[in-house]
Amino acid sequence: MANYPASQPTSSLHTLSVLVENRPGVLARIAGLFARRAFNINSLSVSPTERPDISRVTVTADVEQTPLEQIIKQLNKLLHVLKIVDLDKATTVERELVLIKVSADQTTRSDVLEIVRLFRVRVVDVHPQSLTIEATGAEGKIDALLGLLENYGIIELVRSGAVAVTRGPHALSEKGVGSEIRGR
Amino acid sequence: MVSPTPLQAFSGVQKASKATNKQHLVDGEKMTGAQALIRTLEDLGVQDVFGIPGGAILPVYHQIHDDTKFRFVLMRHEQGAGHAAEGYAVATGRVGVCIVTSGPGATNMVTPIADANMDSVPLVVISGQVGVDSIGTDAFQEADTVGITYPVVKHSYLVTDAQDIPRVLAEAHYIARSGRPGPVVVDVSKTAQVGEMYYSWPQRMILPGYNPTTKPHGHMLHEAVRLFERAYRPVLYVGGGAMRSNAGAQVKELADLTDTPIVTTLPARGIVPDSDPKVLGMPGMHGTFPATAAAQKCDLLVAIGARFDDRVTGDMATFAPSARVIHIDIDPAEIGKRRHTDVPIVGDVAQVLDALNDEIKHDPAIHNKPKLEPWWKLINSWRERYPLPYDDKTPDGTLSPQWVVGELSRQAAPSTIWVSGVGQHQMWASQIVDFENPHSWISSGGLGTMGFGLPAAIGASVGSTRDFGGKKPVWLIDGDGSFQMTSEELAAAFIDNAPVKIAILNNSVYGMVRQWQTLFYEKHYSQTSLRDGENTPDIMDVPDFVKLAEAYGCVGIRARDEDEAKAAIKRANEINDRPVLIDFRVYKDAMVWPMVAAGKSNDTVTYQPGVQPLLDGTTDEGQEDDASRQPQPQTASEE
Repeated sequence: MANYPASQPTSSLHTLSVLVENRPGVLARIAGLFARRAFNINSLSVSPTERPDISRVTVTADVEQTPLEQIIKQLNKLLHVLKIVDLDKATTVERELVLIKVSADQTTRSDVLEIVRLFRVRVVDVHPQSLTIEATGAEGKIDALLGLLENYGIIELVRSGAVAVTRGPHALSEKGVGSEIRGR
Repeated sequence: MVSPTPLQAFSGVQKASKATNKQHLVDGEKMTGAQALIRTLEDLGVQDVFGIPGGAILPVYHQIHDDTKFRFVLMRHEQGAGHAAEGYAVATGRVGVCIVTSGPGATNMVTPIADANMDSVPLVVISGQVGVDSIGTDAFQEADTVGITYPVVKHSYLVTDAQDIPRVLAEAHYIARSGRPGPVVVDVSKTAQVGEMYYSWPQRMILPGYNPTTKPHGHMLHEAVRLFERAYRPVLYVGGGAMRSNAGAQVKELADLTDTPIVTTLPARGIVPDSDPKVLGMPGMHGTFPATAAAQKCDLLVAIGARFDDRVTGDMATFAPSARVIHIDIDPAEIGKRRHTDVPIVGDVAQVLDALNDEIKHDPAIHNKPKLEPWWKLINSWRERYPLPYDDKTPDGTLSPQWVVGELSRQAAPSTIWVSGVGQHQMWASQIVDFENPHSWISSGGLGTMGFGLPAAIGASVGSTRDFGGKKPVWLIDGDGSFQMTSEELAAAFIDNAPVKIAILNNSVYGMVRQWQTLFYEKHYSQTSLRDGENTPDIMDVPDFVKLAEAYGCVGIRARDEDEAKAAIKRANEINDRPVLIDFRVYKDAMVWPMVAAGKSNDTVTYQPGVQPLLDGTTDEGQEDDASRQPQPQTASEE
């Protein structure tokens, strides 16, 4: 039996790559679907792809298997959705960009810079009272970094939401997905 | 460096693409978008259209002429147009088409669209929209129709270029009727209506993201047969999807091959004739006792185009606890949505059942399957002990509403198409009317839209005229509350010659709400009295339904006792040139039984007040059946 709402204690993190037609209102349809079916998602990012007629939506969600199936099936019912893949963590490169403004004065700046160095992230802005750090990586690394920086006081934080791509030479849009769209 | 590409996903309106779109092939006949819209409907074979004109759709209406190939039925409210198109679609099996204006015209259509979406009714709604330059400026009668209807459509379009009109309408029509049918909105901006284009037919559809599965998977069929082989207490739970797929013959064949009882949900009533001994009626909240009990006690539940609606299942956790589930549906998202499925079969119901019946016929093991006599013995004992519980007589001498429905059914032609509103009368109609033909029962199921009845009956009548030369009479069974929500459509019924027969079960109250108030809200009858049949010195009948009917050119008859009622029904059946309305004065406190209270387990089904046979253990015959079992089939333990 399905248990709703979608996010349950025994859930796990999934990354869905959704190829959609690059058409007006697609994002509204997808966002509206998540809202009305009570699917909780962690992040959502949308961008153009190597093909101008296709956009790619990356969704991460903390869900159990049954609600996940529902999310995928309901997304599939949207006519503008061309393909959905539940990406396998082992064969996927996943990245998220985070900008963090950390409080850092003379006494703490060097400590913060040490953390920056250890995590191989970059400083993009310096101010006598703050440092702005640009970090990319998988979610685990970002979370660890944030955990350390919290001690110094995070002034402002923005995350782009995860994007992901499979390893190897193939593209999700291969096998003629939506090859007809161009004619429109 | 990645070249910049347009990301339209965010925007509501398509970017005007430059060179590419303007280089349309100059093939085809030059005309305006409005002309193309009408021509496309003709080329799609649309024969009847419902709607109301308005400012932003006028160019289209300007192109409807005497020689236009479809009949246009002018309704009196856009909601009426939508429900009429639904009634038409259910009665004929074709797509219902409406044309309405922008803004309020479109927002009035939201209810029928949502209704069609819940009940999978094929509908194409064409709405006007302000010109492209005005979109987003809060122009007069502007509403974001596509945006408003996102959650309740199968698909929607905003058309801004005249050249797109034929292709979009062809796609919309195809989407509406194929796969799991549903409503498609085509919002046509005035710019597209007046713009020039080159018309050609047929059109090539571009639907890369739409591939409904219709053929079943062979492995799953095999698994399904294996479950049938081992079932001691199987039940076919048949829903509206089977009706949309026109699978009555296949359902009957499956039932006969496997000796399995059939329970049918509200929209599937009549899919197999009620006179067939395998049909137990409707399960669920107000289902017949044998149907509810059989679904609850079965060990194999075969859901056929049904979606485990809460009105059928009651409390989901305790629904059919020992049943394995085979779920056949064309919509993969229905499978596993509410109930774990052991054998999912995605496909068109008729095709799946044809294949499954074949598989069963050629399966040697099926002949060794358990004998179902104990199961049938139990079911038949339920039928004997718990027939529909109602009295033909009432305490205050008014008519018994159940008797009225029974009398309507007895006197009606066998080919009658029955339509209902929503409320107690709907449940009584579903329980008591003798349904002998599929597609002869039109009611609002999932959304439960009061006011659905009259316009849907008009649509059914238009469909009957089109397909059956008007030979199938249309009877609307409605309540006084439900009827008043769309009673303005009497004008359309009279003027557009839709001679529907209307039976109002007038109890002067919102009966179903009152029943809940009686049972669950301490008899606090908050705002449920309509007082329309109360002739007190202060209040005369408001409205007087007989006068109301006459005001619209229809025949109005009042019936207060059984003799008057019989005569009125006889007279109504003889009038075929105009609508007839009968105001039956019925007992206010009649209740619909059996009943499962909302959210409660179907085990608690109350046959009539104070009698809960599945709890009382008065159905202990079930034990015999358990004892006679052979090796334990794999059932309960795994749920």
